[in-house]
Amino acid sequence: MENILNQYQTVSQSEVKIWFKAGKTTDFPSNGGGCIKYKNKQIAIIKFDRRNEWYACQNLCPHKMEMVLSRGMIGSVDEIPKIACPMHKKTFSLVDGSNLNGDDLKIATYPVKIVEDEVFVGFLE
Amino acid sequence: MIKVIVVGNGMVGYKFCEKFIAKSGQEEYQITVFGEEPRRAYDRVHLSEYFAGKSADDLSLSTSNWYEENNIILNTSELITDINRDQKTIHTHLEKTHTYDYLVLATGSAAFVPPIEGVDKEGVFVYRTIEDLDAIMAYAKKIKQNGATEAAVLGGGLLGLEAAKAVYDLGLNPHVVEFAPRLMPRQLDKGASDMLQSKIEELNISIHLNKSTQYIAGEDTITGMMFEGEKLLKVDMLVISAGIKPRDELGRVSGLEVGVRGGIVVNNKMQSSDPYIYAIGEVALYNHMIYGLVAPGYEMADVAAEQILKGAKTMRETIDMSTQLKLIGVEVASFGDPFIENEEVTAIVYENKFNGIYKRINVTKDGKTLLGGILVGDSSDYNALFQIYSNAMPLPKNPEDLILGSRGGETASFGSAMDLPDTAVICSCENVTKGAICCSIIDETCTTFGDVVKHTKATTGCGGCKPMVVDLVKETQKSLGKEVKDVICEHFAYNRQELYDIVKINKFTTHDEVLGVVGKGDGCEVCKPLVSSIFSSIYNDTANKHVTAQDSNDRFLANIQRNGTYSVVPRIAGGEITADKLIVIGEVAKEYNLYTKITGGQRIDLFGAQLNDLPKIWKTLIDNGFESGHAYGKSLRTVKSCVGNAWCRYGMDESAGFAIELENRYKGLRSPHKLKGGVSACIRECAEARGKDFGLIAVEGGWNLYICGNGGANPKHAVLLAEQIDRATCIKYLDRFLMFYIRTAGPLVRTSTWLEKLEGGLDYLKEVVIEDSLGIVEALETEMQGLVDTFECEWKQAIEDPEMMKRFSHFTNSDEADDNIVFVPLRDQKMPKSW
Repeated sequence: MENILNQYQTVSQSEVKIWFKAGKTTDFPSNGGGCIKYKNKQIAIIKFDRRNEWYACQNLCPHKMEMVLSRGMIGSVDEIPKIACPMHKKTFSLVDGSNLNGDDLKIATYPVKIVEDEVFVGFLE
Repeated sequence: MIKVIVVGNGMVGYKFCEKFIAKSGQEEYQITVFGEEPRRAYDRVHLSEYFAGKSADDLSLSTSNWYEENNIILNTSELITDINRDQKTIHTHLEKTHTYDYLVLATGSAAFVPPIEGVDKEGVFVYRTIEDLDAIMAYAKKIKQNGATEAAVLGGGLLGLEAAKAVYDLGLNPHVVEFAPRLMPRQLDKGASDMLQSKIEELNISIHLNKSTQYIAGEDTITGMMFEGEKLLKVDMLVISAGIKPRDELGRVSGLEVGVRGGIVVNNKMQSSDPYIYAIGEVALYNHMIYGLVAPGYEMADVAAEQILKGAKTMRETIDMSTQLKLIGVEVASFGDPFIENEEVTAIVYENKFNGIYKRINVTKDGKTLLGGILVGDSSDYNALFQIYSNAMPLPKNPEDLILGSRGGETASFGSAMDLPDTAVICSCENVTKGAICCSIIDETCTTFGDVVKHTKATTGCGGCKPMVVDLVKETQKSLGKEVKDVICEHFAYNRQELYDIVKINKFTTHDEVLGVVGKGDGCEVCKPLVSSIFSSIYNDTANKHVTAQDSNDRFLANIQRNGTYSVVPRIAGGEITADKLIVIGEVAKEYNLYTKITGGQRIDLFGAQLNDLPKIWKTLIDNGFESGHAYGKSLRTVKSCVGNAWCRYGMDESAGFAIELENRYKGLRSPHKLKGGVSACIRECAEARGKDFGLIAVEGGWNLYICGNGGANPKHAVLLAEQIDRATCIKYLDRFLMFYIRTAGPLVRTSTWLEKLEGGLDYLKEVVIEDSLGIVEALETEMQGLVDTFECEWKQAIEDPEMMKRFSHFTNSDEADDNIVFVPLRDQKMPKSW
């Protein structure tokens, strides 16, 4: 189980080596998430229309190790954009991946950029 | 640099670290903790919740990196074997040596095992650690498979009754065996014990008082307990929970002073006979007493931390042993001196056998001071009584008002928590005063209950003071002129009923719109489903609208299960199904290899469907005449029925047909919480209609209509709304009742709780629904009829619309399924691999 979790490490915009084309902007539901496959990784892409922002994070909920985060509901707490896991409603910051319910399970986040109508996610390899 | 070694990583050892860090300021220190258990400190007070499904992680007091963050070295699974007091070193079983400036012994206690012959037999356990619980669970499972069902618990005290509940939760029949003539002999008098006993026995837990166990019967494995007088109680397992014994071994080997019956002797600074060695918690013998409660342990931790940091705080002379808890579902509390009896004291006792309530207070003869008391069956007065007692507050003219209420008199027995003096200790575990709580709000450090908890730590111990803290927060905010409302979440300053009206009046149709006009922020997992549910209740929008604003289950029209797969539940109205349809379900299950089970609500559940298979499965079902069962929604689930007078020789009416009619009428109805109904054709009640949100029972001359019952965590029988009415009247009343509930209930409030909180209660509801006291029944009926007339199966909608289908692929950039899912075999079927 640890192995599957260790695949996911936060990538910052400046470190990106590969911009992977995840799809068209219309492939993702408004104010919600979709999941993409990149090599052996599952990444949740969040289209946050209300804020006109995009986010990406691991699709794996670190609490019970299920590939479900993209199916969760998005929202905000104190202005921080967040996603709630559909399994047990743990909520994570989409900005830094921290668990907003206060324990130590964090998620990895990835940079997203939009070029025309295409969505790209940044990876190290 | 001060080197502090803490031996023991229980609740008190952990608290010591917490207090020490908080107080240490600029002081340089290194804390090293040794714990012999393999895990971080956990909440032993709530250990029995482990049986009720909490994990070891849930019970943990800290996060895994808490120790690291605070620069504390934590060594688990390591035992200290010796102390060299001259060299100030300790020695561990891994042959390691560490030096200290101060040593804190927080080794706690072990279960006391009475010297009864045969306690070493297989099947005899103690109840103390998570490992003990795991062993008990494993053994219970094993013997249950062999058909064994009887388990004894030795000890009828606090711990013993906790253990009995645990055994009960494991599905065994508990026998509580107590040497004393009453239960909880240290806290309760005879009357209270009798009342507790009768409440516990209602659950088929047997109580054996006055029983001295001579030996444990059986060859190598326990088969029974032999009592004095040659009476054998046949049992297959025994859990010993008869008290505690201080873990003072280290004190003994290193020559510290110990008590006659154990415990390391400490002074009021918590120092042992060696001034560099402190003892705290259940290993410490203070004032010739071992205190088996968490609050005194926390106070000791506080004192020891302060002393080591050269502070002045010392332990109080008298330690309060008041306690309030819920044992096997029965509220029990005792405070002050519960037993005191002499010429100066009058005991006032209220006993209500009908409701299972026993209350006793001990008051001085002059009626001025409260000395202590006991509450069984209803401890709602505990907080108030405890405050009056511990602050020596004046009593009302008739002290019996304290437990009986003022019964029409002018003054209430105890007004608001705000009447307490600022020095009143509200949270005794964390020693937080009323002043501290109120000040944190007045000086604006805190604005919510959550802030206060974070800031003061109140309620984080046993949690018994929570209602009072909530009151104080509310009242203080009110006194500052702030409006206190029960609002949905940070995005809406309204409650559900207000928002319902706002949406209706403004004809809002999207969550974004509502948020933009009357809310703020971006919404969240609380307000989004709530607003979507309101849209459904007003416009009959199915869950296919606003998919990302629906609760996750509604978004995918299926219940997400343990491994992220989904369950499929087609509607089988009233539980009636043809052979052809059964075959269809069977074939679907076979084709997609689904786990199949009959539900509690007379349907067939198909588990283990992957997201991308859901549309294909539903297409087959719908092509064969099935509809969505709405098992995933906060909506009408089932109307359960018995077979009725069509087949049953007792049936008074046609229950199955009526159940089908009702289920089809209300199917798809979105409501604040899930709804269930039941229809029974006679008073034998095979459909369990009185455990449902609405229930009908056929009687001579018509139907009796019951409402607001439910199963679940707090089961409640439905109450009678109308008697001997015909079918049409039933439907009329049900339309009105359900619509009134949908309009006015809070989010996720079930009908039973809604009725409990409804001002005027059942009588008021009868006035509204039957007598039309508000003049709204016509509107309610029209609204309901509108919803009934516009019903659409949302699964049919979904599979017919390619745009809606997009959401059912696991990947947006691939047609593959999630490859993370693993199933394991289960009784010829399958289940998710365990977590």
